[in-house]
Amino acid sequence: MTQERIRHLLGIDDIERETAERLLELAETFLEVSRRPVRKVPALRGKTIINVFFEASTRTRTSFELAGKRLSADVVNIGGSSSSTSKGETLRDTVNTLDAMHADVIVIRHAASGAAHYVARYARAGVVNAGDGMHEHPTQALLDSFTIRQKKGRDFRGMKVAICGDIAHSRVARSNALLLRMLGADVALAGPRTLLPNAVESLGCRVYDRLEPALDGADVVMMLRIQRERLGAPLLPAIREYARTFGLNAARLKLAKPDAIVMHPGPMNRGVEISEDVADGEHSVILNQVEAGVAVRMAVLYLAASEPGAPTTDG
Amino acid sequence: MRTLLDPESVARGLRRMAGEIIERHAGAPDLVLVAIRRGGLAVAAALAHWLGELEPHAPLLGSLDITLYRDDASTALPNPRIGPSQIPGSLEGRHVILVDDVLYTGRTVRAAIDAVMDYGRPRLIELAVLVDRNGRELPIQASYALKTETLQPDERIDVFENSAGIHAVVQAKASPTIPPGAARPEVQ
Repeated sequence: MTQERIRHLLGIDDIERETAERLLELAETFLEVSRRPVRKVPALRGKTIINVFFEASTRTRTSFELAGKRLSADVVNIGGSSSSTSKGETLRDTVNTLDAMHADVIVIRHAASGAAHYVARYARAGVVNAGDGMHEHPTQALLDSFTIRQKKGRDFRGMKVAICGDIAHSRVARSNALLLRMLGADVALAGPRTLLPNAVESLGCRVYDRLEPALDGADVVMMLRIQRERLGAPLLPAIREYARTFGLNAARLKLAKPDAIVMHPGPMNRGVEISEDVADGEHSVILNQVEAGVAVRMAVLYLAASEPGAPTTDG
Repeated sequence: MRTLLDPESVARGLRRMAGEIIERHAGAPDLVLVAIRRGGLAVAAALAHWLGELEPHAPLLGSLDITLYRDDASTALPNPRIGPSQIPGSLEGRHVILVDDVLYTGRTVRAAIDAVMDYGRPRLIELAVLVDRNGRELPIQASYALKTETLQPDERIDVFENSAGIHAVVQAKASPTIPPGAARPEVQ
């Protein structure tokens, strides 16, 4: 039996395909745990997980918190404004402090790309990236692939996935493109030309500056959140124009396969990147993604928090 | 390697065990067999078969992976291949019989009891095994056992199933695990 520990999960770019698939398998077990009368297993009893969120987030933080608690770990949340960072402490000192408190896993979200890698370099604890700037959000990609597996089967080869919206600023798009390509899917990225990153071709995806060709024959349609803070800026002049040209509505969805699924990492801007009827429609798996999120994060925390030691005898 | 139980004696023994279970549970409409993965799967399936022969309604059959409940869960290397736990509905008020191939240290059974409790509060829990061997590290005993065996600490019992049926053999602890050609079926 293969035994393995994933000490850090910093990005999809840092893991092998085998590891990704193992995490997805393991998440099946934890999905079952989340559906039982007692939604808790003692696997991480006595372990400490510290969620450090320098950037505001409700759903990802809650999802990590629930995941840790369902594994029986002690979970502590630290927010950016309540932490010593607001008093001028450096990230390095924060890491040292958390290490001194014997954290087993540090889950970090930070506005700076590379923050999780930086923390992993200095921390004794396992480090899980919960989103770093415009770089990666690996657990989001894993939970999205997990949701796709649940709906479309394990074989991603030939599966057509459209990722649409602000590709340039989206760590969700980046992590998803990396993971989906790794698993063999055919990925199309679509967004306004101003919101497509430089060197986007290096991700190995088809790239379009219109929505329609990406939706054509798609099995999976993944809409990204338009960050309102970017609206009105030169990159994205008007919200109504965006909704008209890049919003997913029932008419556009008809371009995709009849049994296509629609995904969104949340929180949604209803009526902007996704219309009301599509968000609540039969193709939507948005709430399945939320449920998958806890299961996938349990799998990641379980492998990150367990310590290497001698396997013991059965009986 | 020496044979402890051949397929005929396993079949005969499990049929007798099925009779004993029915007697003790008065037919037991509330009976649920829960196999401890993976060693208990084949034994539980065979036992369910014999219970179905003796009673009009076959008992409910489930399976449990106890990895996350092990007492060394957070210190041993994590096992990334945890099998599915399939419990047919709530266990609230049920008569649960845990089924495993070998009872040895008792630690697996301790973990399985904890796991079962998370699916509801059963009326009672019993333990059925093929072989009850010495070496207990916890105060746990089998309710039903086909065979009780005293072995040396460097010996191990392997239970496997092939086309002929279920076998139990004694091996040196150092030898490779499952004999070739052995297949262990999944419980659905």
